[in-house]
Amino acid sequence: MDLASRPTPDPPPASEASGDVLRVTNLGVRLDHVPILEDVTFHVRKGTTLAIVGPNGAGKTTLIRALLGLLPYSGRVEWSGSVRVGYVPQHFVVNDIPITVREFFEFKAKGGFEEPLAAVGLEGSVLDKRLDVLSGGEMQRVLIAWAILDRPNVLLFDEPTATVDIGSEDLVYETLNRLERETGITVLLITHDIHIVTRYSDTVLALNRTVRFFGPPSRLSEPDLLMEIFGSGSGLAEHRHVSMTKGLR
Amino acid sequence: MIEAVAYSLVAGVFVGFAAGYVGSLMVLKRMALVGDALSHVALPGLALGILFNFNPFFGAFAFLFSAAVLTWYIERTTRIFPESIIGVLFVTALAVGILLTPEVDLLEALFGDITTVSLLDALLAVGISVPVVLVSRFVYRRVVLSILSEELARSTGVNVALANFVYLFLVTVVVAVGIKIVGTVLVGALVVVPAAAMKNVSRSLSAYALRSGVTGVACAGSGILLAAYLGLPAGPLVVTVGTVIFAGALLVRWLAS
Repeated sequence: MDLASRPTPDPPPASEASGDVLRVTNLGVRLDHVPILEDVTFHVRKGTTLAIVGPNGAGKTTLIRALLGLLPYSGRVEWSGSVRVGYVPQHFVVNDIPITVREFFEFKAKGGFEEPLAAVGLEGSVLDKRLDVLSGGEMQRVLIAWAILDRPNVLLFDEPTATVDIGSEDLVYETLNRLERETGITVLLITHDIHIVTRYSDTVLALNRTVRFFGPPSRLSEPDLLMEIFGSGSGLAEHRHVSMTKGLR
Repeated sequence: MIEAVAYSLVAGVFVGFAAGYVGSLMVLKRMALVGDALSHVALPGLALGILFNFNPFFGAFAFLFSAAVLTWYIERTTRIFPESIIGVLFVTALAVGILLTPEVDLLEALFGDITTVSLLDALLAVGISVPVVLVSRFVYRRVVLSILSEELARSTGVNVALANFVYLFLVTVVVAVGIKIVGTVLVGALVVVPAAAMKNVSRSLSAYALRSGVTGVACAGSGILLAAYLGLPAGPLVVTVGTVIFAGALLVRWLAS
């Protein structure tokens, strides 16, 4: 099955009129002269969730870094004019660093912390806690609150639940769910969880150095497609989620 | 003698605060051993100052600054761990420094001598320590954010490479100015020990930074006074006071947990 030749949505210009918040065209990234991403083309509509999947080493994190302008790249990355991007990284080191949630937030803003905390379901009392005493789920929600402090309209997540237990995953994704419904925010997230992809995303971008699939998540139920994207099909995990409200859409 | 001790005390208080404050970042970056080894690089510069009759501070600073730039550049452009470079480069500097330094001045260069601290040395210490603390405050949050997540820092517009460079520069300045009091062997401890101690008993970043500075003052002040009273070199006493405070802080942390 030749997935590369599958018809994919034609990317219109990233502009308010087109409804796209991001358009990426022929993106390429080389690190130490090794091609990490080649000819990556996709677009993201405003107010939707794009799940980025692919096996380890597929270039998912590199793509996010390129979108943030943290890496040199070839091709075009066009954000719509009014976009403000919030970012939650995969790696966040808090071990034995004496810093409170309030001080962490003060890196970005002088006040107004209660509203983003309430948006992620945390109380103001968490502000005086040290980051390194928070649970995995609390930490991720604090990071989301940090990301929305300056009211972005796009959120980029690099495996937002990689370091939390399965029960806390629901909290994190329900938080994202509520944010999207209430604020119309656009979400781009990297995940390995097929459940998250099918329940929470509007569009899937499957990467393996180049785009292997770009389209609706319902297609991921096709075994041939999974095999084509992930080889053995082991690139995605399915976790059982206990409490689920409706998906992001 | 009394004048020299008074000058030492003034210099020690200011350098102690600056060293503790800047050191708090070094400990967070897990570069405590780097800070200690870095100080050894000053010795050849110090020796050149003694040999060619110019203020050894400038020789020490030139060597420290070169070493810091080299470390920063290699860390940024290669995948070699800085520890490997430091392990080779800095002990070599210590060896060369010992060979170059006239024997009569070697003890002072290695362990400091508060009896030779002049008014100019004290003024230099004050005039350098104050701006070091002010600039540290400016880069402090940027460096901490880059420790938490370099990508997050960069995504919010922090120039991580520049912040790290400024911070390393501040460390070299503090080390260079502290050498007169505690010597090249132990000045690194004045940077590292106060912060290592206060990390055990601080619940917030602001408290940690301030307490590290104040502990630096306590170490330097007590060490200098003890040195004057006992007629011993100040360097080892400054470090010994710091170690006692560190042990106390560890005990407090253990009791609190």
